[in-house]
Amino acid sequence: MPKLIRNGAIVDDQWVLVRDTVEQAELLASATNNLIVPLSYWLEHRESLRQRSGKTGVWLESNEVPAALGDDWRALDLIALNFPVFSDGRAYSSARELRLNLGYKGELRAIGDVLRDQLFYMSRCGFDAFSMRADQNLEIALGAFKDFTDGYQASVDKPVPLFRRRS
Amino acid sequence: MYRYDQYDHQMLADRIAQFRNQTERFLKGELAGPEFLPLRLQNGLYVQRLAPMLRIAIPYGMLSSTQLRKLAFIADHYDKGYGHFTTRQNIQFNWPALGDVPDILAHLAEVEMHAIQTSGNCIRNTTTDQFAGCAVNEIEDSRPYCEIIRQWSTFHPEFAYLPRKFKIAVCGTQDDQAATQVHDIGLFIVRNEAGEPGFRVLVGGGLGRTPVVGKEIRAFLPKEHLLTYLDAILRVYNREGRRDNKYKARIKILVKETGVDEFRDKVEKEWLALKDGPLTLTDAEFQRCKSFFHDPDYKSLPDTSPALEKALSSDVLFASWYYQNVNAHKKPGYSIVTVCLKKTGFAPGDITTEQMNFMADVADRFSFGELRVSHEQNLILADVEKESLYTLWQALKSEDLNADNLGLLTDIICCPGGDFCSLANAKSIPIAESIQRRFNDPAVLRDVGKLSLNISGCMNACGHHHVGNIGILGVDKKGAEFYQVSLGGSVENQTALGQIVGPSFAQEEVPEVIEKIVSVYTSKRQPGERFLDTFNRIGIEPFKEVVYAKAD
Repeated sequence: MPKLIRNGAIVDDQWVLVRDTVEQAELLASATNNLIVPLSYWLEHRESLRQRSGKTGVWLESNEVPAALGDDWRALDLIALNFPVFSDGRAYSSARELRLNLGYKGELRAIGDVLRDQLFYMSRCGFDAFSMRADQNLEIALGAFKDFTDGYQASVDKPVPLFRRRS
Repeated sequence: MYRYDQYDHQMLADRIAQFRNQTERFLKGELAGPEFLPLRLQNGLYVQRLAPMLRIAIPYGMLSSTQLRKLAFIADHYDKGYGHFTTRQNIQFNWPALGDVPDILAHLAEVEMHAIQTSGNCIRNTTTDQFAGCAVNEIEDSRPYCEIIRQWSTFHPEFAYLPRKFKIAVCGTQDDQAATQVHDIGLFIVRNEAGEPGFRVLVGGGLGRTPVVGKEIRAFLPKEHLLTYLDAILRVYNREGRRDNKYKARIKILVKETGVDEFRDKVEKEWLALKDGPLTLTDAEFQRCKSFFHDPDYKSLPDTSPALEKALSSDVLFASWYYQNVNAHKKPGYSIVTVCLKKTGFAPGDITTEQMNFMADVADRFSFGELRVSHEQNLILADVEKESLYTLWQALKSEDLNADNLGLLTDIICCPGGDFCSLANAKSIPIAESIQRRFNDPAVLRDVGKLSLNISGCMNACGHHHVGNIGILGVDKKGAEFYQVSLGGSVENQTALGQIVGPSFAQEEVPEVIEKIVSVYTSKRQPGERFLDTFNRIGIEPFKEVVYAKAD
């Protein structure tokens, strides 16, 4: 079973990411898998997906905004945000929006070009699960969460900015 | 000046450890070049034509003598004995070895300096007027707000991978000297009818390939909302700024393509979700930041100085420098002195190790141990007693730092250009020197008067050529270096972009072209008109006629 980092630990990935809905039709037909489906597929097949015994999560491409989910985010166990390339920073905004503006509490997973050196900022923005690029060493990547002891801004990990906490 | 507390020190130490680890992994081949690239850029490190280049942040241009001595130490030990001040009020070293950079950063941290976010697609060093806190008729000292923005923007987790770089300037003075209107965000400190301070907010200004003057999206933003509003602007930009084409990725293009009204609506909508949240600034934080920028221990002095009067009447060279390089100060008996780093034969903005150490001593002796860097690439001693000006000038003269051409044609803003920079299309430093040599008569220079001449070696416009009264842009014409000339640019309160005069010129033609342009001004000017005034009155045509006239 593939591994990922969740809440600072290396764990088995209980979910199957459906990148391409045409090629993975068989997978989508299975009732028991926990699936992470593309936004467009979710919007079209929401009802049938909900009738499965397996759980369903949704992943957003970096140009797709959380608002496209409407109110659906409330009932989702998992939302994944894709990094087509690590230098595409749009998902950081989506993450903060989901956590801070909307109050999403479920798993927020980074997928795609997810690398060690971006993990700290991602975690500050509210990601709690990281499905790393295949070549990344997860043990080494765990060190990233300790890159900084504090930050100036208000963010998901520390909702109160430093200027209100200085002593 | 701002002083670090344990939090600032700890985060800086964390950053150096992080970058040391990243550099080691890169040098061992464990971190691929394209993945190391944004990490090193966000630590100020470019790989240039000849060697790496390290750009060190000088937050809003403020430097202590201790910091300047440390920069001199770094120039001596890790570089070739000089540094280069930039139009972002920063300093660059052109010759450090990649493996030395973490050590250099550790030295800088000892004096509360760093190279964080001086490059890369993130929020860069916030800049302001170099006279902040000392200027006459200042609305409010901008530096506490700059420091608040510095902290908010440093390691901002959401905005480290923006579509493109992002620059913010704050202006609290009557006469904007910070080029505020050509920034991604320009903040003007204003007061509302009740006399409370806030910000007039401009977005979408910038130079580069597509120069644009910023547009107002808010006439008055109460100061406590500064950071939530900045978060909102940046979020709209991060989400919607173009990522398909790096030449169209700056916020100015987004504002242009979206339309300023719709852009404003998007920002206001984002802002509603953030407004009054934890990022809302508190009185305690304003007071804390202001406390670092209180007045130094000024003496109560008469505004007239016998020593100054005597020197002005007896030493014409001093008088010439005084009238050019010394500005009025808010405090009676004090002056603001600009040490112009534009002496002919020296690359504009360059400073040697000896000069750095000397200027640090001078700052200790004459100006409370502090200096400022201007975006015009000069050094400022902001709090000099009038009674000491002559002594100071004599000291400066002994080190060749008494150039008296501030604000004149030879006070050229100039990027490092093709001699150093791998982006450049053409050299810029030799162009600056050839113009300075052509205009080597102080009497002529003084007669021509206030005139800004800015040179960039490529359209990235680090030398601000679009906003020079005369702008020179290096272009590549089938592999040869040519220079395009524009006229009428300005970064004063009425910011204007220059108009291109016509086809570009070969390097050797440039000094003569500039001479012809200046001759049009001197022959057409009316009493009291500066170059820019005459240009604005007569337009570009008379200049074109003379510049492109066929020889008889």
